[in-house]
Amino acid sequence: MRVLIALPILIPMTASAITLLTMRTGRLQRAVSIGASAATLAASVALLVRIEAEGVTAVGVGGWAPDVGIALVADLFACLLLVVSHIAIFSVLVYSVGHPRTRDSGTVFHPLYLAMTAGVSLAFLTGDLFNLFVAFEILLTASYALLTLGGRREQIRPAMTYIVISLVASLLFITAIGLIYAATGTVNLAKLAVELEQLPGDVRTALGLLLLVVFGTKAAVFPLFFWLPDSYPTAPSPVSAVFAGLLTKVGVYAIIRSQTLLFPRDEPWWLLSIVAGTTMFIGVLGAVAQQDMKRILSFHIVSQIGYMIMGVALFSVAGVAAAIFYLMHHIPVKTSLFLLEGIVEQTAGSSRLDRVSGIARSRPVVAALFMIVAMSLAGIPPLSGFIGKFALLQASVEDDQWIIVVVALVVSILTLFSMTKIWNAVFWGQPSTGLAPLASNVDSHRSMLAATAGLVMLTLAIAAGAGPLYDLSERAATDLLIRGPYLDAIFSL
Amino acid sequence: MSHSRRTMLLETGADLIVPTVMVFSLYLLFAGHNQPGGGFIAGLVAGAGLAVRTLAADPDGEPEPVWASESLMGLGLLLATATAIASWFAGGQLLESGSVVWNLPILGKVKIFSVLAFDMGVFLVVVGLVVAVLNGLGTSVENEGDVAGTQPR
Repeated sequence: MRVLIALPILIPMTASAITLLTMRTGRLQRAVSIGASAATLAASVALLVRIEAEGVTAVGVGGWAPDVGIALVADLFACLLLVVSHIAIFSVLVYSVGHPRTRDSGTVFHPLYLAMTAGVSLAFLTGDLFNLFVAFEILLTASYALLTLGGRREQIRPAMTYIVISLVASLLFITAIGLIYAATGTVNLAKLAVELEQLPGDVRTALGLLLLVVFGTKAAVFPLFFWLPDSYPTAPSPVSAVFAGLLTKVGVYAIIRSQTLLFPRDEPWWLLSIVAGTTMFIGVLGAVAQQDMKRILSFHIVSQIGYMIMGVALFSVAGVAAAIFYLMHHIPVKTSLFLLEGIVEQTAGSSRLDRVSGIARSRPVVAALFMIVAMSLAGIPPLSGFIGKFALLQASVEDDQWIIVVVALVVSILTLFSMTKIWNAVFWGQPSTGLAPLASNVDSHRSMLAATAGLVMLTLAIAAGAGPLYDLSERAATDLLIRGPYLDAIFSL
Repeated sequence: MSHSRRTMLLETGADLIVPTVMVFSLYLLFAGHNQPGGGFIAGLVAGAGLAVRTLAADPDGEPEPVWASESLMGLGLLLATATAIASWFAGGQLLESGSVVWNLPILGKVKIFSVLAFDMGVFLVVVGLVVAVLNGLGTSVENEGDVAGTQPR
């Protein structure tokens, strides 16, 4: 166990080093990269199976006591997200091997991508607030370079916004950690959970809000989302896909972890509910106004974050369980939507709604896959999005949160509307002529399509296995809210 | 750029400063395990030295040898992760530190911690990154294969 828990971090980190050393080999580098990603996924699955059977487990890195050293903690919540994330990461990697723009933008992609993977794993597994900061820095620093991959002029300006916003958020984060350490004398999450309760109420609230602002910026909630729809669409599609699927979700993970563990509540928190409602509503309004497939999808990232926050804001087992389920459904759905957009861009040479049409005729499989995930995003039964939204609505009704229920339903309809807008413009009609495809390499299309199809199958599998998966989410949520198992695991080190 | 626009002060200063800075960075590297210092700081100091050297270099003269920055970073990262994993094989926790005492001819009794290998890895990563940035500075963004500058021209 002491080995298994660190493997999802160590494998990609080591592979990142090896891909740096094999930069000039091309094929070998890609093989190392894909192999390492598959191994990381296997380790995450093994970890999930062990944790599911044995309960929350912690390991002290370096053999230090938890108040001196760093603890790695694996609980059901972290492991579920770990597995889903690494499936998405692996699929995008397979896709990127066939994606010409990524391939042409240099061999630096693989080391960066693997470093980002290690950062994502570390963020899920760490039991230490400062180490969480380090994890964020690892994945953000890698993301700065990934976002500007290829170095086109139109990428640089939005990337500057992204970097400045991320740095400001990091600065706030380190300030918050400093204040928390000054107030409690520890950064270990379990010790903090105990120590923070001793603080005066207003100090506690201030610290909680500060952390919420930090993680809210990373998760792109209203009103801190403005950097996202601008910067994500300019990157190569695999990069946008993995950012869309994962990076903001690490922020959501941090919100759930910090708010349930450090600042527990018994009742729904109105502030978080308002944030959730405005995030989903403003996000979807932005999406409706866009005329470019990639930009529409980027605004939907923001809108969808609102649904997860909506579940967390309830602070009930049903609400948090629904949020966890929604996270698991959202990661593959959002990632595959961006991957499909990449295929459309590859086929038609553009992603603007007025320039592309008739994909359904020229690439029927792509159109079918898009239909599945787009309907899932909008929450049409029997797809995974419907189950996630249904669980969220049910949990909200239980707590009499009627306003947010209405907002969520309206946003669903608007989501459906903007998805049909993409469908009508891009997939229906006569195939557009006059635009030369960027490249017509059949092999590269094949690996891109296979990876995307795999992810779409995963969303179908989530819908099919919703019963057991929801039970798992419920157990994870119970562990989060009663806090005992997590604290015991760290204190027994 | 014409030769006259270079300043002799900087050139001569760099010749004096750079070796001193490099030795100091090595001191920080070795002192790091229980005194202020460590691989990261040492790497930054060494990187500052390299930056001074690059600034003082003759732009019209012989091109600087292309440093393989990605190999530096790769080797450093590999060394760091290998040190982290090695403690498993020694029966400890991840990243657990061990130490050996050596009697060296001139230095006398020297206690070496396994953390030193980790620090050296970090040092190499930081130096490699600085070299990558220095190589990348001044290259145009458009039509350049790689914006991170890790691909030497």
